[in-house]
This record gives sequence, C-alpha cells and structure tokens, in this order.
Amino acid sequence: MNNTNTLQSLAKSLTGIRGLDEITEGGLPKGRPSLICGNAGCGKTILGMEFLLHGVLDYNEPGVFVSFEETNADLTSNFAALGYDLQDLETRRLLSIEYVYIERSEIEEAGDYNLDGLFIRLGQAIDAIGAKRIVLDTIEVLFGGLSNAAILRAELRRLFRWLKDKGVTAIVTGERGERTLTRYGLEEYVADCVILLDLRVDEQIATRRLRIVKYRGSEHGANEYPFLIDKQGISILPITSLGLDHTVSDERISSGISRLDTMLSGEGYFRGSSILVSGTAGSGKTSVAAKFIDAACGRGERCLYFAFEESPQQIMRNMLSIGIDLAPWVAQGTLRFHASRPSVHGLEMHLVTMHKLILEYDPVNVVVDPISALTVVGSDKEAKSMLTRLIDFLKTRKITTLLTGVTHVGDKLEASNDEIPSLIDTWLSLRDIEHQGERNRGMYILKSRGMAHSNQIREFILSDKGIDLFDVYLGPDGVLTGAARVGQEALDKSTIVSRQHDIQRKKREYEHKRQALEANILALREEFDTATEIIESLSEEEKQRDAVIIHDRADMAKLRRADLSAA
Amino acid sequence: MLELIPGTGKMTTQTSIADKKWTLRLYVAGQTLKSIVARANLHRICEQHIPDRYHVEVIDLLENPKLAKDDQIIAIPTLVRNSPTPIRKIIGDLSNTERVLIGLDIYPAET
Repeated sequence: MNNTNTLQSLAKSLTGIRGLDEITEGGLPKGRPSLICGNAGCGKTILGMEFLLHGVLDYNEPGVFVSFEETNADLTSNFAALGYDLQDLETRRLLSIEYVYIERSEIEEAGDYNLDGLFIRLGQAIDAIGAKRIVLDTIEVLFGGLSNAAILRAELRRLFRWLKDKGVTAIVTGERGERTLTRYGLEEYVADCVILLDLRVDEQIATRRLRIVKYRGSEHGANEYPFLIDKQGISILPITSLGLDHTVSDERISSGISRLDTMLSGEGYFRGSSILVSGTAGSGKTSVAAKFIDAACGRGERCLYFAFEESPQQIMRNMLSIGIDLAPWVAQGTLRFHASRPSVHGLEMHLVTMHKLILEYDPVNVVVDPISALTVVGSDKEAKSMLTRLIDFLKTRKITTLLTGVTHVGDKLEASNDEIPSLIDTWLSLRDIEHQGERNRGMYILKSRGMAHSNQIREFILSDKGIDLFDVYLGPDGVLTGAARVGQEALDKSTIVSRQHDIQRKKREYEHKRQALEANILALREEFDTATEIIESLSEEEKQRDAVIIHDRADMAKLRRADLSAA
Repeated sequence: MLELIPGTGKMTTQTSIADKKWTLRLYVAGQTLKSIVARANLHRICEQHIPDRYHVEVIDLLENPKLAKDDQIIAIPTLVRNSPTPIRKIIGDLSNTERVLIGLDIYPAET
C-alpha cells in the first residue's frame, strides 16, 4: 500500500528552517503528514510554526496553525518575540490560527460520536485561505479531553487520511511517551516522516537535539543534530560536506608579524588554511591572534573573533598594551567579537551558534580563542567530531581560521587537543623556556603544510611596540633566551672586542718590524751595489794593467830587436 | 426556595428545579444516523424530565460551518447547555440517559 509512486521521486516541501532542509534533503513530504515528537519544551511548537511562517513568507503557501494548547493571544505574543506579526498575517489571510478548546470537566460523554466538528472546522480554515500547510499542535490533547480512545483512534486515522486527500503538508506534534515515540502512539498513523526532538541535560548543560527517526521513501541524515532556538528561531547544525574536496588557495596572507612571515617561507599563512597556536597559559597566544586580526582588518577583511575566556573589552585593553588597537576595527564593523562562557551551553550549542554567526556575518577570517575551552565542555568523542565538522565547514567556506589551544605545563607537545592537530595546516607552538630563574617565550613552527618553513626556535618578545621575534642564542651551552641571551651576547661581544685589540697590536708590531726590515734591506742593497761597483772597477783596472804590460813588453822587444816570432 | 437537608447542614437546590429553564443547542452535521438518534433521545429525555421548560435549537454545521469555530465544536453530535449556567457540553448520540441527565443538571428521579 505504500509503494505507490516509488518510481517517482518523493515531492518535498521546504521547511525554510536552517539546516533541516539539508538533513531531510529537501524538506518534509509534500501533501502528507509528518510527526514531530518530543518532550514538553523541546521546541515542537516553534518548529511547527516556523514551518508555516516560512511557507507563508518564503514559499507563498498559506498555512493553518491548529493549537490545542495555546490560545491565539499566547501564540501571537510568543512569536512577536521572534519578530513575527501573526495578527498581521492573519488579517492578510495568509495564516490562520485555530485554537481548539477542550476541557474534560466541561464535557459529558453520552453515547457514540465522531469528530466531524473538528473536520468541518479544519476544512473551513483550510479552504478559507487556500492553505497548503497545516500544523496540529498537539493533537494528543484530544486524548486528554475525550475518554473514548477507541473512537479517537478511528477518528485520527480518518483525520490523517483526510489531510492527505486535501493535499496539505501537515505537521502533527506529539508528546514523547515513556517507551514509545509518542504517548498515544501517533506514530502508528503518521508513518511517512517522524522527527524526534530532544532536550538533554548533561552535567547541568542543556542541549537540544533533532533526529529523523524515519522518512519513508527518502534519504536523510541519520545522526542526531544539535539545534538552537534563539531570537531568529530554530537553526540546526547539519553535516556540511564531510568530504575533503574543498578547493584550496595559493594565496598567502601575512600573519601580522613580519618575522613570522619570514619563518613561513617569507609569505605567511595560506588563505583558507587553519592555524593552531598552542601554548601554555600566558605564552602569548591571544597576542598572535590579535596581530593576525589587526593585519587582516588592515587589509579590509571581515574578521569574527570567538572569545571563550576573556571579554572583548578585556582583550582590546590587553592588546592595546602591546600596541595593537582593535577598537577602531570593531567600530568600523570589520571586526566582530562573540564572547561567551564555555559553560553556558554544551559544545554542540556553541557550534550551532558559531555556525549561525559565520553564515550571518560571512567573515574572511575567524579566530577561536581558545578552542580548548570547547573541548572541555564536550565530553565525548562525538563532540570532537563536531569540532572537526566546524573546521571543515570553515575550510569549505575558504575562511582562514586561527585557533588557539591551551597546553598545560608538562604536557607533551603532541598531546595538546588530541584530535585537532590532524586538521591543522599550520601549527605554531609557543613555549615557556625557563632558565636561570627566568621565564621566556619561545616559538616553533611545528608544522606548516605546503611550504618550506623554519625549523628554528625563535624568542618571542611582547613589548609595547608589539611582537618581536629574535634569534635565540645558540652556543656551546645550548639555547639561551632572555637575559641569559643578552648576557651571553654581551660577553661574546667583549671577547670579540679584546681579540680585535690584540690583533691590532700585533699587526702594528709586525708593521714596525717590517718597516725596520725594509730599511735594512735598503741599506744592504746600497752596500751590495757599492760592492758590485768596486768589483767592476777592479776588473777594469786589471784589464787595463794587462794591456799595458803587453804593450810594454812589445816595446821592450822592439827595443831589444828580439825575435818577433817568439812573441 | 432553599431548604435545609436534615442532618447535613447543607442547602439543597433541588427545589429550585421547578423554576429552571433549559436553553439547549444541538450541533449535528447533516442528517446522519447519529444525529437522528441524538435528536430523538434529547426529545424523549426533555419531555420526560423537564417538559415545557426547555428550548432546543438544532444547528447543522454543514450549513453553518463557521459555528464550529465560534462554539468550539469538535465532536458530533454535541449538545450544548447554555443555561442553566455554567455552560456544559454533552457529546454523543445521547443514548446514555444517565450521563445526559447529569450533563443537563437534571436529577434522575423527581419524587
């Protein structure tokens, strides 16, 4: 009996409720009744009314709200708080509120009856405004007002069939029973779509959840989805693309700290990446975040800052002390703070709120300070997967996200925030370095996907001029920071200076020596030259003397008439 | 015409029954078997217990559907006792005479 039109895909009616249409993949079954069940105060009436109001305002489908509990006046004032003017919609004949009054003490049952009165009334209301949607909230009141359950059951069955024939998309609400979905077993009659609302209190924190128990002929998300009721009505946090197919950007953006940009291969973070700044309390995480925000706002990018530990005023005051003035950005509307205590909601509620604000404000950059505050409220694994979803959601929207995380002294670095690191693209770790009774801050880049980055620790200094990163002293005694670094550097400097003096002196000494030697060389050279001259003149003299002797001898011979041949 | 019930210290209203007038409305939806039965039962009970002191108006909601909202009618047939006050509703085909008498604030046996 239920396999009619299975080949034709099920027509659906959009609810217009944030998140619900995604979970149901298009809304509630069109022209059929759906059951919304849950305990008192879990949001059935609001869900029903929102379904109608969105129908009226967004999809041009007039609606009838049949209330068995609240009077028109009650409903009107309740929904005025959500910004809806029910009376106006009624006078414009887009909405009709039918308050059905049943009081058992005023009714005497004397014999066989049916609910034709109700049928006539509903028919009248539907036809009067051409309604396409109807909400019956909660029809179970009939069981309280009338005692003949056998008649009621038969009549309810007839009612739902009649609604189907009328072709209106209906929401029927029902109170949660102890063992059954509804106290009077309405789920037997409304078999197409059943949605369960739940309000659970866990460690004094109340969380609303929604689950689709069944949806005949349609795919739907099977999980429990946390939802939020606030001034804008209901919003449900759906699973947004758990796939890893988001497009990535090659664009780089400055971290606001130029030296840090240098460490990140000179250009800073990737746009749309997620950055974790972890560190012990007081290690300067918020300052790194504020620098980032300040730089981003300076580029004219909208930023959303979720503060879970400090009030915005406190953050702004503190940041002013290191020369970062965020107030003008807030005044301009470039920066928005959302501060709340982690303990006011469960993790899911925080995530729903964040989700909603992000959709509303549409920021380019988001800061969550600190993310660890949220993991504290969420006690179970599911909560952590919700966090994954948030980061995923931010990534799909190409929002650059900076998360801060508190690690505790003595924690292993890798142990911080358990499951978060795998989602993080750039992870900066701020560490306290204790040495010689002094505590200094150091910064590492633990990882940064897709870029060459420095593996060196830098000393991280906060002053009224802002944030500075210094090279730490790397000497034979290891890494030195702070006063020790400055001291060591001074010591080094003085050694260098005295060594330089030494060298200078020696240089001068040898210069003197060299000059003296040069003088000597000059003198010797002269002596040498003189000697050479003497030698030359001597040999000349010798030659001349020889010549003379020979000449003389010849003369003698001539004189003695000596035999010439003997010569 | 109040009388003290002996030994109880309470006043009885029973004697005032002679002064009462019943203004009744019977809501039906078309000429169904239930509505015919209800009309017959009502006529019988009234004639028997409060002859000449009642007025019945029969309203067919198929002719006047708006009245379903105005008079908060859910079940069919419904008999509304507009007077004596307070307003009471008796639903069903009125086959259970005892319940009808209680609903109409008529006591079963006037002796």
